[in-house]
Parts: sequence; structure tokens; C-alpha cells
Amino acid sequence: MPRELLKGNVATAEAAIRAGLEAYFGYPITPQTELLEWFSERMPALGRTFLQAESELAAINMVYGAACTGARVMTSSSSPGVSLMMEGISYIAGTEVPVVLVDVMRGGPGLGNIAPSQGDYNQIVRGGGHGDFRPIVLAPASVQESIDLTVLAFDLAEKYRAIVIVLTDGSLGQMMEPAELPPMQPVKRRQPDWAVTGAEGRERRILSSIYLSPEEEEVTNFRLLQRWNQIEANEIRYKEYFLDDAELVLVGFGTAGRVALSAVRAARAEGIPVGLFRPISLNPYPFEAIKDLSSRARAMLVVEMNSGQMLEDVLLAVSGKVPVEFFGRLGGMVPFPDEVLAEIRRLAHEPVAPNGNPRRSWMKRMAIAGN
Amino acid sequence: MDTNLPAEIVYQRPQAFTEVTTHYCPGCTHGVAHRLVAEVLDEMNLRERTIGVASVGCSVFAYNYFDCDFVEAAHGRAPAMATGIKRVLPERVVFTYQGDGDLASIGMAEIVHAAARGENITVIFINNANYGMTGGQMAPTTLPGQKTTSSPLGRDVEQMGFPIRTAELLATLEGAGYVVRRSLHDPKNIRLAKKALRLAFEAQVRGLGFSLVELLSTCPTNWGLSPLQALHWLEERMIPVFPLEDFKVSPALSQLRIS
Repeated sequence: MPRELLKGNVATAEAAIRAGLEAYFGYPITPQTELLEWFSERMPALGRTFLQAESELAAINMVYGAACTGARVMTSSSSPGVSLMMEGISYIAGTEVPVVLVDVMRGGPGLGNIAPSQGDYNQIVRGGGHGDFRPIVLAPASVQESIDLTVLAFDLAEKYRAIVIVLTDGSLGQMMEPAELPPMQPVKRRQPDWAVTGAEGRERRILSSIYLSPEEEEVTNFRLLQRWNQIEANEIRYKEYFLDDAELVLVGFGTAGRVALSAVRAARAEGIPVGLFRPISLNPYPFEAIKDLSSRARAMLVVEMNSGQMLEDVLLAVSGKVPVEFFGRLGGMVPFPDEVLAEIRRLAHEPVAPNGNPRRSWMKRMAIAGN
Repeated sequence: MDTNLPAEIVYQRPQAFTEVTTHYCPGCTHGVAHRLVAEVLDEMNLRERTIGVASVGCSVFAYNYFDCDFVEAAHGRAPAMATGIKRVLPERVVFTYQGDGDLASIGMAEIVHAAARGENITVIFINNANYGMTGGQMAPTTLPGQKTTSSPLGRDVEQMGFPIRTAELLATLEGAGYVVRRSLHDPKNIRLAKKALRLAFEAQVRGLGFSLVELLSTCPTNWGLSPLQALHWLEERMIPVFPLEDFKVSPALSQLRIS
């Protein structure tokens, strides 16, 4: 397929269509709405299902119902809308049906704003809804990766009967850059042996997330955990940049990772031995790869568009072996590469405190009052 | 005397009804409502192409009692889930079975919009004027003055508002093809309820849009009445507030003759 100039949200939607999406249910919310609008035109034209729901709550439950038939289905939203979807996400996980959700994050909490943010890392990666389960979370850093990971998301959802969340942000959703779309796949209605389609010539099937006896719920929770073990073994994804001889390792995902890469390139031009580790699967998280890096690097710097949510995972992986520092912009602010570069220069030339609190020392550097 | 008269079965368990004991309390009319739905599925030969959507409340285990495919929705979201199923399987028959707390309180948005869209699904709506499963709290259908575990002095309309007449409300929407209220308090009304359920499924099979049958039901346990007293209470107290009427009947249905 030729490379085209594509907007992130539109590219994501078209990628899902080409991956054989059979039904989309959604609700308008900035900065995600281009997905909904694209589907509203394309899906009916292809004879597929598009429906604008009355709320995100309804949208995720429509997706839940459609997923129970074995159809390839998805929805998309942005932070406040995804909060409303938490109920359905939990039921989908508990019923073990495959669903893809695209979350184009924006600034929060509350109504916040419509600017790009990574403030929902904890909400999405740490669970997404009540109960004992783990969602698969994929974080693209470009329009091309948004396309590729959306296609992958469907395969993973169906392989593991799980919810897969493509966690992107307003910047990636709104930006335009050249990218290549996959070829069009026809809608292929799978006939999994659990799908509810009408008990024609077979025993009836029931799909539910209710296990009233704790013994049965425990069995279910174990089943989910066993599946998660497979996911951890097979589906960890990340990208490494300039890490072979890096003494300083930056860690960032999505847009923050992309900005950090610009800073790393500029620092390399200055001769600073710095590299970038960019997690793509935020869940399962590449703990082992980061642990390995911590035995080679002198220090690490986590860059995020939040107050240090993934930072906790890096600290867990590093386990105090090397100093970890943090740099973040909050509330819908996107860091400039120069800001990250200044941090790299500082770490390259100043000794790093071994056991500091990375969030507090960052706040001190930022001269944020009340610290 | 001729003893060789051919035996004729005049009454038996519907095929669409599973052979299990229900969990419902003695005297509760859920069982009657279930049986009527199963009879209609049999009569219309729909069992193998029907998908039911159970809700949250006393009927949470409805899926155990119908011999057809079933899903279990989150509280109030059965119409949304049914929409998702019906949109990808338009040739299948999809029905929800919901109580008054589920449908008229937490799920009010989903039911109103399903009706407004003319979603081609059938809704069986059980109105027993309280939240049964959680132990008899005030519902949107609780009568003025009615005592419940969360309105111990009786529903004070100044503080707690008025009961919602769901069928009347939904019948105002263009997408609704068949919306009626019936009652399960005596044999005559049970027969009328059965006919209404049949018409509701006929509406769906004919693609006439959203169909809903509101069924006034008893809850002896939480009302603190005997099963017989509960039937009388329904007749005397509920029907004046919730009249048994046809609120919306698509012209294509009104000409239909059901034997």
C-alpha cells in the first residue's frame, strides 16, 4: 500500500475497518471524534454496523453485546468517556469476550481539557474497571504505529478472549504524518464455540460474568490469570534506541517517548551517550528488559505527560540498582525536546543522587511551590 | 364404557422452558411471566433463533430458565446489550427481561434511547413496585405512601418524587411499535398478558420497531403479604396508578388475529 498523509484518528479508524471490523458503537468526545465520524461514513457504505450511542455507557454495552456474538467489534473514546466505560470493560473481561477500545487521552482529572495527556496510565494499565483482571494495553507513538497496533489489537483480543486497549493521546490522534494502511480484509464472522448466536441445532449457550459461588469465581479468576501468564510470555513489546553504549537511559511511552527520542538524538549529536527505551505494551509491561538495562546504565530518566505514573513501574523494575529521575509535563502540556535535552545534559554532567525521590526532586527543579 | 379415548395433551411444560426449579419466592409472578414468554417462543417456533438478555435484579438468573441462548447484562444496560446483538444479528430475535429498578431507574437512558431508535427488540418489563433482589427498597415505580425498606414511613412524594409510568412514557416515542401494560394478578389478565407478549414478538418478527410489555407483578416477600393478599394488593392499589392499556400499537399489528 502507498504511504499517505494521514491524521492519527482517521488512520486508526481506517485501520480497524481494514482489519475486518464488523461493528462500531461510540459517542462523540474531543479529541477522539474523528474516529466516530470516519466510521459513520465508512461503515454503512461497506454494509457494516455503525451506531452512535446515547452515552459511552451505552456504547460499551452495545460493544459487549455484539462481542458476545463472535463479531469483530470496537469502540473509541477519550478520558472522561472512558471513565464511563469502566463498567462495561469489567463485564467484558469477566465474560471473556474480545473487544478493542481506543482511548485518545486528554488532560484531567474531571472535565480537564482537550489537550494531549498521559494522565490515565494508572486507570487503564492498573485495571480498567472493578475486579481481578488485567487488560492488554498498547501505546503507539506515531500514526503508523497507531495503525499497526490497532490491527494487532484485534488479533490479540480474539486470541486471548480479552479486552485490548490502544492507549493514545490527543497529539497522536490529531497529528498528520505519512503512514501506510494495511490492505482491506473482508469481514470474517468467526464462529467460536462460545458465541451466542441462537441455539440452532445445538445446546444453548450462556455468556455471563456472574459466578455467585466464590469457588467458581476463584476458578474464573485463575483462568484469567493463566491466560495473563501466556500474554506476559508472548506479548511484551518495546522499542530501543541508541541503547548499545548508553550510560543514561530514558524511558517514555507514546508521545512522551517520541519527544524524548528527539532529545536523545540532539544529545547524541553533542556526544552524550544516551538512549531511549520505549515500552509499547504497557500491559504486560517490559519489566525484565528494563531490569536488564538497569544493570548496564549509570542512571535512568523517565519522561511522561503525567506526574509520574509509569515511573512507579520503572522503579519496580530497577529495584534501586541505579538512580531513577523523572521529568514530566502535566495537565495537557506536551514537553518540548529542549526541556528533555536540558535534563539529559544535567544528568550527563552532574552526579545523580542514588536514593532520591524522583518525583520530589523533579518538583524542586521545576521550582513548584509547596514542595 | 369406551376406555380407549385417544389421549390428548392439553397442557405441558413449554419446550423453551428448562426443567429446573426457579429461585423465585412462593407467590411471586416472575414464574408466570417466564412461562408465558416460553409459550410464545414455542408457538412462534422461535426458540432456536432467539437470544435473551437477562438483567440485574430478581430475574438475574432468567438465563437458567429459558432453553435458548442468553447473555447477562450489567444493571440497566440490557437494552444496550440487546442493541449490540440485534445490530450484528438482525435475523435473530432478541429480547430483554428487566425489572423496574433495572429498567426505569438505572437503565432509563438505555431503554428510552432503544425505544427512540426503534430498536427492533422486545422488552419484558416486570413492575412490582420495589427492588426485590436487594430486599424491598423504594423503586421508581413505588406507589405514593408505599412503605419500603428505604422509605420506611411511606414514599413521601414531596421528598422522593412520583412513580414513573414507563409504558406511557415510552409510547410517546416514534420508534416504539408496540407498548402496552398488562397484569398477572388473575387468570383472565394472565391470558391477556400472554396475548400481549405474542404481539410484542410478532412486532419484532415483522420489523415493526421497539416492543415492550409492562407486566404488573407481585412481590409477596417484600410487600409483607401472603401470595393471595399480594394479588389483591396489586389489583386494588397498583392498577389505579398503572392502568392496563394499549399505549402504542402499530397499525400493522392491530389487524393481526392471534388464536
